[in-house]
Amino acid sequence: MSREQRQKYYQRLQQEGRLTEQEEMLRRELEDDRLHLVGDPDTDPRLPKLADLYSSNDFALLQQMDQGVGPLHSSIRSIDDLLERDRLREKDGFPRKIKVGKLVKPGRGNQEKVVVVPTTIEEKFIHDTRFRQKQEGGGGGGGHGEGEEGEVIGEQPVRQEGEGEGEGAGQGKGGAHDMEANAYDLGRILTEKFQLPNLKEKGKKRSLTRFTYDLTDKNRGFGQVLDKKATLRQIIKTNIGLEYIPDVGNIDSTGFLIAPKDKIYRILSREKDYESQAMVFFIRDYSGSMAGKATELVVTQHILIYSWLLYQYGGQVETRFLLHDTEATEVEDFYTYYNSKVAGGTQVAAGYRLINKIVQEESLAADYNIYIFHGTDGDDWDREGRETLPELKKMLGYASRVGITIAEHRYASSGGTEVETYLKGSGLLEQAEELLRLDSMKEDVGEDRIIEGIRKLVSE
Amino acid sequence: MELIDQKTKMIMEGCKERARDAGLSFQDETLEYVVTNRDMIELMPKNMIPTLYDYWVHDVEVLREQGKYDLYPSNPYETVINTRPAISFYNDNNPDWLNVMIFYHVIGHIDFFQNNLYFRHTWEYDLTGQALADKRLIGRLRSEHGRWVDYLIEFARGIDNLVGYHAELARINRAKSGCSSRLDYYFDYFLQTVKQLRTSEYVQQIDHYNSCLEKHGALGEQEFFAEIQKKYPEFEASFEKFQDHYSPPSLDLLQFLIDHSPFLNLDENKWMKSVLQIIRTTSIYFQPQIRTKIMNEGWASYWHETLFLQDERIKGHEVAFARVNAGVTSMPRVGLNPYALGMRLFYWIEEQAERGCYSMDFRRMQELEVRKQFHRKTGQGRDYIFRARENFCDFTFINSFVDQEFIDHNKLFVAGRRLNKQRMVWEYYVRSRKSDDYRQMLFASLYHPPKIEIVAEKSTDGSLYLSHKIEGKPLVTEYVANTMLGIEYLWGRPVKLETSEAEVSGSEETADEDLQPQISWTRVLYTMKDRQFSRETI
Repeated sequence: MSREQRQKYYQRLQQEGRLTEQEEMLRRELEDDRLHLVGDPDTDPRLPKLADLYSSNDFALLQQMDQGVGPLHSSIRSIDDLLERDRLREKDGFPRKIKVGKLVKPGRGNQEKVVVVPTTIEEKFIHDTRFRQKQEGGGGGGGHGEGEEGEVIGEQPVRQEGEGEGEGAGQGKGGAHDMEANAYDLGRILTEKFQLPNLKEKGKKRSLTRFTYDLTDKNRGFGQVLDKKATLRQIIKTNIGLEYIPDVGNIDSTGFLIAPKDKIYRILSREKDYESQAMVFFIRDYSGSMAGKATELVVTQHILIYSWLLYQYGGQVETRFLLHDTEATEVEDFYTYYNSKVAGGTQVAAGYRLINKIVQEESLAADYNIYIFHGTDGDDWDREGRETLPELKKMLGYASRVGITIAEHRYASSGGTEVETYLKGSGLLEQAEELLRLDSMKEDVGEDRIIEGIRKLVSE
Repeated sequence: MELIDQKTKMIMEGCKERARDAGLSFQDETLEYVVTNRDMIELMPKNMIPTLYDYWVHDVEVLREQGKYDLYPSNPYETVINTRPAISFYNDNNPDWLNVMIFYHVIGHIDFFQNNLYFRHTWEYDLTGQALADKRLIGRLRSEHGRWVDYLIEFARGIDNLVGYHAELARINRAKSGCSSRLDYYFDYFLQTVKQLRTSEYVQQIDHYNSCLEKHGALGEQEFFAEIQKKYPEFEASFEKFQDHYSPPSLDLLQFLIDHSPFLNLDENKWMKSVLQIIRTTSIYFQPQIRTKIMNEGWASYWHETLFLQDERIKGHEVAFARVNAGVTSMPRVGLNPYALGMRLFYWIEEQAERGCYSMDFRRMQELEVRKQFHRKTGQGRDYIFRARENFCDFTFINSFVDQEFIDHNKLFVAGRRLNKQRMVWEYYVRSRKSDDYRQMLFASLYHPPKIEIVAEKSTDGSLYLSHKIEGKPLVTEYVANTMLGIEYLWGRPVKLETSEAEVSGSEETADEDLQPQISWTRVLYTMKDRQFSRETI
């Protein structure tokens, strides 16, 4: 939205009297001319890092050997061990150190993969070099070769589009795969260690490709296993018909006539398998107000939810990522979802509308269990939810669960954000308790609170 | 992982002779191991290198902000480790000639380790033996005290970059003051601080002492103090009291905690001190390595090139060698390569010294053309770089030898990065070709831990007061809390840290080059009390 459009919308809202105490914030969003950038040079994942003095070593340079990572069996046991250790830390009164769920780019051999690994930071008193870079205007480094002062010697696109995209997509596929492998583990950990509830089956949708083989069918005459009880019943039935059993109270089995047709077997047969499939929509507010901690919190929570769902559905989860400010767009992958930067105003209705549109157009409700998780800081230019609530009601019509997380800013009063106010006011939270959940927390809470929040959103 | 085979070992011994002929000097024994690719996957660095302790963090992917904060061999810098005998590793896939080249590189490193004075404290230290002993000690303590050992390691590592490396180094080879401690006490402290003599009187005392020495020779001091006894009868008592209570000041924060922490000096906690001591000693051992990265790599690259080109085993592999060498020592278009930079500096210094450019005559010359033609043919180039490798560390090296002519000769410049909004690209551009700017850029990239001191006057009622002396950069605020938590645990009482925070105003994302962002500094005080962290502005 350009500035004039935003101005007009703002004036309309003002006339209709729909602005609140957070007007200051909204006005700031109005003036915000920043772009939706994919990160600054320090965090842009596609930008190769400038080589610095300490990043090279003999092993890599002279012998092309990579640093060893250690025997794999020691890494496998590590996660459980480490989590146990972390728990003990808390007991001893020290803050937890292991972060589960951080996105790390190993960057080995120029491969940029999205992986989820347990990580930690060794904390010391050290100088903050980000400060220096801000001071110098970004990314000073050494260089060699021709060129006058001021001359541009190279470029790197901010967001690779066009041919870049094709390459990215190919790698992205591989990347997503890797993420799934680890995310599944993460989900398992979350379920076991943090006791997140197992999802109640909302109903199985049929899987078209998987079949199971089970000894369920009963067949008379031939089969793998003789079902003795059923056979006996059948024999008795026949014999009663033949009047070989004069007295039902006193059955003499020696006089039975056993016909071949009486034998009942269980046969191994193909059954269509019922598999639950989930389609999850992750939608987050990426407006100007969401700068910094709020975004980080929302995204961390979303990645944890994704991992957990992956585990619950045995890998059969599809995800869609949407971003909204005053308009909504869908994005291709988690990276863009994570990194798209802040700008513009906020309208939640736009996001919900897009979700409804996607579900309708692609007829997803029939084939999938749909989950929608929305992360926001609670701001909405549409103060009373006049446009949001109808969209939300529509969503509740087909979704298995809608979870809304509000990451409140430090200055906001607890529970006083617009979204929370109009949601509570609408009564939907009580009416549709099974389907709709709301959780709000301050934006600077720790990982534990985030996991607690997930529990709130997905519990029975 | 096995020892290298005899044939290759013989070749390498031949290399050592060649190196010695060229002037390098190092101890005779070296150990070489062959490592397969499979080994590399399985061997964690902590098994390859005699590092002292098992630490759970090595199992986790540590988010390392920058490699330069890793002092420890968990991030090996060199193929060769500074032990006696020096240990080096070779990939079993390497062809023989490559192993020879790498060995020359290794010899360069060994020579550097054993001659550069910044490594002085490692020359008589048996790292392998000590590391093994330390590892066993920590293992034993871990079996007795469990995870508390790991907490100690964690907290000690939090402050191990603040060790008093330079202070330790200064202690070695310090000339004896040449007079007794009584004399020291009298002149340094008693007269100046206690009696507060005026300068003229003080000088009189010195003269008096000198005349006593002349008159009485060896007994001069005794005579002198006999007279002092009459003049200042309280001197002896004061001196005795001083001797009883004096303990030399601790060289750094970690040592201070070991010596004076009320928590650690409790009987049941005395075992903790040995763990901290281990961490401190290891840190000091590896400090010079990171402070001489450019020099070390440059020196080794210089020699592997020089020596290998003269070696007959290069025959037939010249092109392959050229390729490998170019990969190692080429200057990147944007970015820094310490191998390339260091090597070029050494070649440059040799040439300059050969030409006699480090003399006063040359430095006084102003005209460019005359400077270019200047050549004294001193024949001292090689000697000069040998002396350079002995006496400099990265900072002094860059400061002394990176001048405008070097920059121009090698076409170096400071690169910058800015956003081009119209085209939505990050542009890399030439920010400056001046040597001053280039040096500043290098200095900013060098390893430099923050200067944190204990302020005794403000450490009232048991709490520890630390002050960070600002040198233009603030601390990483996110790490302060947990580090202070560690210090509080080790100290046993509250800890305070005074530092400055910087506010940068001015647009951030647009990275506008024209505006210099304004920085304002506010002095803040962080307090860690009973594991509660608080902050207030001063």
